[in-house]
Amino acid sequence: MSTIVVSCLLAVVARAQLVVEVVDGNQDPTPIAVVPFDWSGTGVLTEDVADIIASDLRRSGLFAPVPRADMLSFPKDPQAVSYRDWRVLGTEYVVTGRIQPQPGGYRLSFDLINIFAQQKLFSKQINADPQQLRDLAHRAADQIYEALTGIRGAFSTRMVYVQEQRRGGEPSYSLMLADIDGARSRRLRRFSQPVMSPVWSPNGQELAYVSFETGRPAIFRENLRSGRRQQLTNFKGLNSSPSWSPDGSKLAMVLSKDGNPEIYVLDLASGKFTRMTRHFAIDTEPNWMPDGKSLIFTSDRGGKPQIYQLTLATGQVDRLTFDGDYNARPRVSPDGKTLVMVHRNRGVFTIATMDISSGVVRALTETTLDESPSVAPNGAMLMYSTKRGDKGILAAVSLDAGVKYNLPSQQGNVREPAWSPYIE
Amino acid sequence: MFKSVKTGLGLVFALAIVSGCSTSTNNDSSASSTTPAVATPPPADTTADTRMDDIPLEDVVYFDFDQSLLKPATRDLLISHAERMRAGNTGPVRLEGHADELGTREYNLALGERRAKAVRDFLVLQGVDGSTLEVISYGEERPAQTGSNESARAMNRRVVIN
Repeated sequence: MSTIVVSCLLAVVARAQLVVEVVDGNQDPTPIAVVPFDWSGTGVLTEDVADIIASDLRRSGLFAPVPRADMLSFPKDPQAVSYRDWRVLGTEYVVTGRIQPQPGGYRLSFDLINIFAQQKLFSKQINADPQQLRDLAHRAADQIYEALTGIRGAFSTRMVYVQEQRRGGEPSYSLMLADIDGARSRRLRRFSQPVMSPVWSPNGQELAYVSFETGRPAIFRENLRSGRRQQLTNFKGLNSSPSWSPDGSKLAMVLSKDGNPEIYVLDLASGKFTRMTRHFAIDTEPNWMPDGKSLIFTSDRGGKPQIYQLTLATGQVDRLTFDGDYNARPRVSPDGKTLVMVHRNRGVFTIATMDISSGVVRALTETTLDESPSVAPNGAMLMYSTKRGDKGILAAVSLDAGVKYNLPSQQGNVREPAWSPYIE
Repeated sequence: MFKSVKTGLGLVFALAIVSGCSTSTNNDSSASSTTPAVATPPPADTTADTRMDDIPLEDVVYFDFDQSLLKPATRDLLISHAERMRAGNTGPVRLEGHADELGTREYNLALGERRAKAVRDFLVLQGVDGSTLEVISYGEERPAQTGSNESARAMNRRVVIN
């Protein structure tokens, strides 16, 4: 509890950065020390790179970074590391690093050392532009994480989300883009009517979303670099739930132009729409399986919302969820094995996983009104939206439920996080 | 005067339900920036949202959770609306379907549409020309009342005849 209060105080002091509160950490995280990096240039760096790396590792739930105040020395390279000092602290790994100025930016040289084996695991170098110190830190964290876990790091990824504010009594909606740790948030576009359901293209260069700006829901496609956008649909009724196919060539969506919400697939090159479902019930929230051969979606054709799978080649529909009376908005892990969904359990809406082969459902969260789960491209964590009091906030949980953290929002209500793919 | 009293109550209510850490330190500016959201929509007893035609008719009908069935009291109100529409003095009408915050956003968009269509179908049965009725759903995106409690949710499961 005391740490939470401290985090809140920090949030007031340092509004520019979102403060991560690990609310339920892994039982046995690996102690690692990210020693403050040596800076050989003049002046003071605008970012504490070692601290950003330590925060990334801590958020994964797999690591317990050693607090700086506990460090007995600040070695700048592996030769200066006193193994005995770190063993006393129980530290298993040490990261040392040096940042040098170079024409057009910075160079980070960093080393990963195994204290118990007294062995240097790697030394690497990363270059960055002047405004990219945070990117530099996240890329270093990705490499450390991958070296120690065997899983590709996703600290360099980003997210989009919806922010709702009140301006002069009127609601205002924005699509926001931020680093996955919540830092460097910026407004992509402001709307006076609701905006919802943002999703990334597989190459991370475009978004699709639903906007009510025309007075009706319509699906838009927007290029993040150029800011150019295109209205893709303008049908009577629902135009909702866009989902990009894994190869980027198609968009699945929901249209009710034929009288009832049905799943359609739009071929982006030809502009041709193909109707995929035919049922008088609600069919919505389509999402592609990683192999692109089937869609998972929500339907209440069985009386209550449940998740179904549609095989595109045959049109066959199979029900996937049977546990509980409300399972909806499915997403799937990158390996295609685990379903992630909104699951109602004893009247409470939580985020749950389901192992597709066994059908075993596991609730990952236990707050209330948890919704919109979005899985990291490495499948280790997911981001979702929840409520604290009446305020919409973003939170994350690992797929094994070992760590949870909240991203306190700066302003207004935030919701519908969409975790980006890897951005090369 | 009455209005300002209500606003004050809304503020107190909003502050009362912010809990734990949020109250202690919290994000003072963000909290205050969102409180008007609570104060803006009218409380339960003033939903009449009167539009003066020949007679003032309530123009919002309410639904049960995850339901699009019209309640008996709703039918009486819609019959009155249908009479007014048949008389031809209303022009094109928008039926805006809404849902509460429970459940997923996209499913609620579909649910809002289903509610608005239930109202449309009933009005057509009462002899209203369906081509004058437009159905649109906002799902849970435009709540009449904010707040994570059943009284707010009941106000949000609605179709607005506009």
